[in-house]
Amino acid sequence: MSEHRIDVTINGRRQQTTVEGRKTLSDFLRIDAGYTGVHVGCEHGVCGACTVIVDGLAVRSCLMLAVQADGSAITTVEGLAPVDGSLHPVQQAMRDEHALQCGFCTPGVVMTFAALTSGPDKPDAEGLLDALSGHVCRCTGYQGIRRAARKLASDGGTERS
Amino acid sequence: MSQAESHAGMIGRRLPRKEDGRLLTGRGTFVDDIVLPGMLHVAFVRSPIARGRIRSIDTSVARESPGVLAVFTVEDLDRIPAKLLSFYFAPPCEPPVPLLARGTVAYVGDPVVMVVAQDRYLAEDAASLVNVDYEELDPVVTIADAMRGPPVHAGTDSNVAAAMGNEQDDELEERLSKAPYLLTRTIRHQRISQSPMETRGVVVTRQGEELLVYITCQSPHLVARYLSLALDQPTLNVRVIAKDVGGSFGLKNHPWREEMSTIVGAMLLGRPLKWIEDRWENFVAANQAREQEITVRLALDRDGRMLAAHSDYSLNNGAYPQGADANIAVHLFMWAAYRMPHPGFHTRGWFSNTVGLGAYRGPWAMESLARETLLDIAARELGIDPVELRRRNLITKADQPCTTPLGIPLEDITPAECLDELLETLDVPAFRAEQAAARKEGRYLGLGIAAYVEPTGAAGSIAPMTGELAHIRIEPTGKVTALMSTHSQGHGTESTMAQVIADQLGVAYEDVAVFEGDSSRGGFGPGAAGSRQGVIGGGASRRAAAILREKVKRIAAHLLDADVDGITIEEGTIRVAGAADRTRSLRQIAEIAYGEPSRLPPGMESGLEAQYRYDPPPMTFTSAAHACIVEIDPDTGFVRIRRWLSSEDCGTIINPAVVEGQIAGGLTQAIGTVLLEEAGYDSRGNPLAVTYKDYLLPTIADVPEFEFLHACTPSKSEGGFRGVGEGGAIIGPPTLFNAIADALAPFGAPPLELPLTPAKILEVIEGRPIAGKSAETVVQAAPVAPPVVQEAAPPPQPAPSAPARIDGAWKMVLATPMGPQDMVGRFTTEGSVLRGSLESPEGAMDFEGTVTDSQLHWEMKVKKPMPITLKYDLVVDGDAISGKAKLGIFGTAKVTGQRM
Repeated sequence: MSEHRIDVTINGRRQQTTVEGRKTLSDFLRIDAGYTGVHVGCEHGVCGACTVIVDGLAVRSCLMLAVQADGSAITTVEGLAPVDGSLHPVQQAMRDEHALQCGFCTPGVVMTFAALTSGPDKPDAEGLLDALSGHVCRCTGYQGIRRAARKLASDGGTERS
Repeated sequence: MSQAESHAGMIGRRLPRKEDGRLLTGRGTFVDDIVLPGMLHVAFVRSPIARGRIRSIDTSVARESPGVLAVFTVEDLDRIPAKLLSFYFAPPCEPPVPLLARGTVAYVGDPVVMVVAQDRYLAEDAASLVNVDYEELDPVVTIADAMRGPPVHAGTDSNVAAAMGNEQDDELEERLSKAPYLLTRTIRHQRISQSPMETRGVVVTRQGEELLVYITCQSPHLVARYLSLALDQPTLNVRVIAKDVGGSFGLKNHPWREEMSTIVGAMLLGRPLKWIEDRWENFVAANQAREQEITVRLALDRDGRMLAAHSDYSLNNGAYPQGADANIAVHLFMWAAYRMPHPGFHTRGWFSNTVGLGAYRGPWAMESLARETLLDIAARELGIDPVELRRRNLITKADQPCTTPLGIPLEDITPAECLDELLETLDVPAFRAEQAAARKEGRYLGLGIAAYVEPTGAAGSIAPMTGELAHIRIEPTGKVTALMSTHSQGHGTESTMAQVIADQLGVAYEDVAVFEGDSSRGGFGPGAAGSRQGVIGGGASRRAAAILREKVKRIAAHLLDADVDGITIEEGTIRVAGAADRTRSLRQIAEIAYGEPSRLPPGMESGLEAQYRYDPPPMTFTSAAHACIVEIDPDTGFVRIRRWLSSEDCGTIINPAVVEGQIAGGLTQAIGTVLLEEAGYDSRGNPLAVTYKDYLLPTIADVPEFEFLHACTPSKSEGGFRGVGEGGAIIGPPTLFNAIADALAPFGAPPLELPLTPAKILEVIEGRPIAGKSAETVVQAAPVAPPVVQEAAPPPQPAPSAPARIDGAWKMVLATPMGPQDMVGRFTTEGSVLRGSLESPEGAMDFEGTVTDSQLHWEMKVKKPMPITLKYDLVVDGDAISGKAKLGIFGTAKVTGQRM
């Protein structure tokens, strides 16, 4: 067992701690840091439920080791909404469009949407849907997720047929 | 309750769900989010072989591994007796299912040793250091293996786990053989992994006499009842909590081997334990579903009218099914929506060296797949339009009420009407023109249509399927709190139940808080099982809210010196007709109801609390017709779904967004079933799909936007609701299959074998073997050889010995469709007259019959699960008794027993 010092910023708060070399970022965020909104669905990078934002990019936290995040700024689903109780635009769009049922895959979907739509280069609906093909939802049949993607897209939701 | 009293008009609105706020912000509470002080972690050592004997287990190195607190084998867990039960609280199968492997292993993934350590990493380290020495044996993997191979379980005489129906029905055979048109097809359905995104998991702690269990499940009430019966410790109080559950689809009906081992381990250690299944474990060790085959013979006249049918059905039960199952529901509902005068069946479940059978959304869905695909084939062969063929046979409103030949009463099914509605939106002639034009360009479009009915909201027939309870109170603050017996694994019952309650009480939706997910609140209910919660929970919510509303009105009338009939409640405000000055808030009334009982009408109980347990009619049917249009790429064999229309009748709709969400989710699982998903095994019983790279779930790219038509014929249940949870998964597969078959018609017929992978479709298009497994597949598609092993229901044989001693008490087991049932029979004989009683957990019943030498015969009528006559034929041989009971249309069940 090898312990390593890491210095990370999670949802705007800096944390200096030690982690075992083999610990995944998802386990570190859930177990050590207490951000249980990070959901682990497959542990092999297919389902996308564990997606978080690391230095601006959507990342599967089950495929990254915590030590690899040293020096990074991480945002989990808990870090999106303002403290006043309102929702982040992505969360609001998903709520309005009934884009979730059990809610287990939801944090990952939210983080991919947030990573892609927060900057100046927002993808069009097609681009967002392509990105969403990396998320598995077993409940909804993606109907509300698709509608939310249209709302969040730069083009207001024109898909190529 | 008249509609006019729905002041608030909450029913039928797409209100945002109450669950979504916490789930979108990462503040849900799933089982893996539970952390308790001193909690330890479990990992299992699992069998790498499908069948074998355990020669030895060496745990010495693992015990010394860092952070390890315990290493348990089944003998260690035996110190606290714990029985695994079925969903019906009966023994799941014979032999009993061990918590961990006992001397033998029966499937790859069979848990052999349980390791407990300080964290999961350390537990898995230690698990890898346990050394188990196996003597490997040849496994029984497929249904065909099970028919021919040696028994999976020592001490049993065949691999038949359950059987029903008639093997030989001469009258039906004659009808089939004399029919002008007879279609025979065998359909194979692959094995499915339910794949909830949250795997199984449990956290358990014992606090004094309370056993506190956090578990991802379909009903904490059902799990609490299950654990009470399974552990059978009179002083133990079981409390089960499941706040948020990440999907289930039938998998999490009740605890199984790993959950029960973890619970027993925590009791042995006196420490909180957590086990969270990883995805590999979910693929190899969580119960799976489907893997079934059916040979249907369908007899029609030349006009396509149904004459008779027979289904021979087999279902792979694996080694340890959660209930030995021959899937009687397939046969009960196969023809229920159609005028089929003479249906017959023979149905069997088979043991194999694979992981055990569990439930999956619409467990009987094979009936719709078989029926609707065969109807399309028959239509093609007879030259009748597939829609017309259905119209000639579907039961319409005018045909009802009626009772199906298998005894199901129908009052208000509407599949024919749903089909009409569907065809008003879908222009079939326009599609046929487009299809013809496309074919000329080398593009292949296909249209599939299917219709069905679905039993929903079942209650009162079998042990766990009870009514549902709503306990509602208007708090002194004027806000409303409801404690429900329902439970959501994504169903949104916190929202739909609040909608019903707000509607009935005349309060704002936002002012109703629904609590579920804790067995210490609300009351017993089986949770999401059989599309039931909207119907029954919705009915309970209405009735309980109505009681409260009347109480508020009576108090208001008394306080405000008004007539009860002149009081209205809207948006939490109480008004007196024609007296605006006497308007009061609900809070003002509630404060008086709790705090000033002397101001209430004489004799009235203080407070504003009410509860109601609603029992619906025995069955509430939902009907639907669906249409799907696909385009198949002839170069790649890929199927693109261009359009999908759902025309359903699920009665009065509480929240259309929730209803459409349920249908869409079910349809997406259907798309996975038809095109993508397969949890198969190789010939040595090794699972072939153990990651989501092998087991393909539909993604957003595979699923079209569904179009919904709602018919909304109110049911006879309170509120007019009908269930809708499973329908998409039932009607989806034949709809899509038929569309693919239609698109491929210029080339040939697709194999009736799911999933229809691109390779299988290309084989049809190119007319040559392409799929790697196709050679094997073609061989398997030959008619199934008759099983070598005879099923276990021996006819009574006269005992060779002198007059048998019959009088006295006998302990017997009846192998029923719901699993083995214990009974005590008490017999007295007088000449050839036999008198006696039969006691079972369901109750006792007296009978009178005949006795000849050692042979006993009697008949008794029962009402549950449905009204049937049971005919017993038993023979006594010394202190043993055996024979059979004919269970009406359910076929014959074996009886065994001994003198008490």
